[in-house]
Amino acid sequence: MATVSMTVNGQAVSGDVEGRTLLVQFLRENLNLTGTHVGCDTSQCGACVVHVNGDSMKSCTMLALEAEGADVTTIEGLAKGGELHPMQQAFKDNHGLQCGFCTPGMVMSAIDLVAKNPNPDEATIREQLEGNICRCTGYHNIVKAVQQAAQGG
Amino acid sequence: MVENGIGASLKRKEDNRFLTGKGNYTDDINRRGQTHVYIVRSPHAHATINSVNTAAAAAAPGVVAVYGGQDLIDDAVGGLVCGASVTGKGGEVNKAPPRNVLTIDKARFVGDPIIAVIAETLAQAKDAAELVEIDYTELPSTVSTANSDADGAPQLHEECPNNVALDWELGDKAAVDAAFAAAHKTAKVELINNRMVTNAMEPRAAVGEYNSGTGDLTLYVTSQNPHVHRLVMSAFMNIMPEHKFRVVAPDVGGGFGSKIFTYNEEAICAWAAKKLDRPVKWTSDRSEGFMSDAHGRDHVSTAEMAMDADGKFLGMRVDSKSNMGAYLQLFSVSIPTLFHGFLLAGQYTTPAIYLEMRCVMTNTAPVDAARGAGRPEATYLLERLVDVSAREMGLDPAEIRRRNFIKADQMPYQTPVVQCYDSGDYDASLDKALGMADYDGFSARQAEAKGRGKLRGIGLSSYIEACGVAPSAAVGSLGVGVGLWESAQVRFNPTGGVTVFTGTHSHGQGHETAFAQLVTERLGVPVENVEVVHGDTDKGQFGMGTYGSRSLPVGGVAIANACDKIIAKGKKIAAHTLEASEDDIEFGDGNFTVAGTDKVMNIAEVAFTAYVPHNYPEGVEPGLDEIAFFDPLNFSFPAGAHVCEVEIDPDTGTLEIVNYTAIDDFGVLVNPMIVEGQVHGGLAHGIGQALLEGCVYDEDSGQLISGSFMDYCMPRADNLPSFNVDYSPTIPLHNPLGVKGCGEAGAIAAPPAVINAIVNALDIKHLDMPATPEKLWRAAQAAG
Repeated sequence: MATVSMTVNGQAVSGDVEGRTLLVQFLRENLNLTGTHVGCDTSQCGACVVHVNGDSMKSCTMLALEAEGADVTTIEGLAKGGELHPMQQAFKDNHGLQCGFCTPGMVMSAIDLVAKNPNPDEATIREQLEGNICRCTGYHNIVKAVQQAAQGG
Repeated sequence: MVENGIGASLKRKEDNRFLTGKGNYTDDINRRGQTHVYIVRSPHAHATINSVNTAAAAAAPGVVAVYGGQDLIDDAVGGLVCGASVTGKGGEVNKAPPRNVLTIDKARFVGDPIIAVIAETLAQAKDAAELVEIDYTELPSTVSTANSDADGAPQLHEECPNNVALDWELGDKAAVDAAFAAAHKTAKVELINNRMVTNAMEPRAAVGEYNSGTGDLTLYVTSQNPHVHRLVMSAFMNIMPEHKFRVVAPDVGGGFGSKIFTYNEEAICAWAAKKLDRPVKWTSDRSEGFMSDAHGRDHVSTAEMAMDADGKFLGMRVDSKSNMGAYLQLFSVSIPTLFHGFLLAGQYTTPAIYLEMRCVMTNTAPVDAARGAGRPEATYLLERLVDVSAREMGLDPAEIRRRNFIKADQMPYQTPVVQCYDSGDYDASLDKALGMADYDGFSARQAEAKGRGKLRGIGLSSYIEACGVAPSAAVGSLGVGVGLWESAQVRFNPTGGVTVFTGTHSHGQGHETAFAQLVTERLGVPVENVEVVHGDTDKGQFGMGTYGSRSLPVGGVAIANACDKIIAKGKKIAAHTLEASEDDIEFGDGNFTVAGTDKVMNIAEVAFTAYVPHNYPEGVEPGLDEIAFFDPLNFSFPAGAHVCEVEIDPDTGTLEIVNYTAIDDFGVLVNPMIVEGQVHGGLAHGIGQALLEGCVYDEDSGQLISGSFMDYCMPRADNLPSFNVDYSPTIPLHNPLGVKGCGEAGAIAAPPAVINAIVNALDIKHLDMPATPEKLWRAAQAAG
């Protein structure tokens, strides 16, 4: 066991983890931030995407200890004062979610996508979301949601 | 007009919790003192288990218990059950070989559970599982749908000679033979309906918890039907009597059929929680899910059509085999028989149809219902055969469909394969789809694409499905072991809020919103004052759950009927309060009014009066809380016409769907936004099957080759287009709400639309799914 410390959603946190503990396990099991999901075991599905130092990151691809000192944002850290983040609102407005399981990772990826491509066309959105699998929506409304959020709502 | 009632694209009530990470999925649940179970599974497709040594595992750090199949048997826990008893040729009912929760003497597929290791942490359970020593003698295996019933094939179960679980036939063979003898032309296609792994994004999970003080057992589980889970575990597995057993299916991250069934790991969590008097948790890895979730489809078929000189269908003959996997799950053989054979008439007047279906056991994961369940297989086979028939006759695919459609004025229409369609206008939906897709302009687009070196094709799919599963007497007479009615309870609280308990389960379908809209429409209560509750056997009355696009057509009617009981009782209370005759009370927009007067009482006031009955009608019970059960009179028959247009690069085999148009007849739409989302998702599922997905077992070793998202190609955002979706509704005779169900349509309609477009582009007769770039490249090269 080793102690790891980081900032998660603006709060300083620390905990004891094994060397093999993944960041997603630390978030879910140590911090009880269960909004970040695990949908596969091969880093394919993207349900576990969070932001690490501002970049989207599959939190199953990173050991908790690698996040020492990092600034991590999870889905729980987006809404401020009861107000949805514009990307969350856009997903709601466009019915960009159904069962909700891929949604946290999808929203975190989409925020990073728009941050880096302020005016993405449909093909860019589809290409950039290739690392997030959704079984429910067929992506149609997710693409619409990202377009709405990119255009400032 | 009620605000936010039927027809409003209301934003979903459930979204905020999902969008903010506050969903409550089974793996999010952790109970005090919880242990973790890890399952040791067979690495072999077929093997005798000679001995098991768990001593080292039991002594490993943190291990609480190590169990094998005999431990459950010693506690009188029954095996998993097959709920189907379908009568085949010669009056013989399907075999149902027994299945222990943990297999003892033989492993029959890669992933067959053998030992459960329970430890303080999951890591400890996994580490200890590595120490379990199992001595196997490998046996020859068989995974082939086509050949597992051949002489000399390795045998899975004594009960199933030649690995045949059921030999089934449907229809009038003599009439079909006569039709072929008299045919002007015939068409024939041999095709494979590829095996799918359902892959809901949330892996299966379960948490069992026992209270030794009360003797109550709780199981949190990824289920589409918690009451059915409880029923199976209670009545057939003897884990706990129903009245002492609570099953909770909290937020469930997609089901698509795979979470209907009661699985081994879930039973272990429930049973071991009591045995250890500690909570026991299991969460599937995705790799375990690939191995052990029920798979879908997997047919090999030969289909033939006999036609007259005008291309009218005279008779259809199908010879088919379906792969059931190593054990029969809950619905199992009913899917390739009843849910497949009964849809083979499609939208056509084909007077004689004969199907032979042989259900075979193989050394693969069990196969059962998956989104569409039998109906995608029927639709794919039929709509491919119709296109091959058009090719044989030299007719346009749209024209041969029109010549054979059941016409709107022929409804209700009795098909030769049991089903009686109650509504539909297939010409109307095809005309609308062809117009939206600019079918007439296709040849110009094809010529333009050719100039760019691309092969462009267009394909149609005129599909029908039987949803609203199902009239209990009908399915009972066919061998399904349950009633398929649905229930609802509508409870006014004293202060006017309404709590609705539904026996269905929502795992993405938006019931919390759409069902609230139904209540708002019926009772005039603001939609924000209506809360829909599902997924907890301790909260709601018994219900059959969600599958077969049944929640709205069956469960929705139960809600409406409960609302009507509320209104009927409310009239008595209002009449008394307003000093009028009950016959003079009218109800609308949430108000009880004395006809022809301005005397009015809002339903919230009536509810308060019902709970504070100081001035109250004699003989009327206090309270305002009504239950209704609804058993449908018929299936519902959603139908439609889809048009797919593709471009193939013959140099690389890459394919782009350049247009996809879906025209569907779902009857009345309660929430059009949600309906359209269901169509999109179904299309992605169907296009995935057509182009990308295929579960592959190695023919020699029986190993699962497509065992992860790196090997099994799920549709991703850049594989799919945006869709053009519209509707061509007709009103069903039998459904009181006029609804038909929409959750499976896309998965049913899309595969033939896509493949028909591909064979059109390549000008070939047939290409099996999934049409991967390699297959397309080879076909393009061969076609020159």
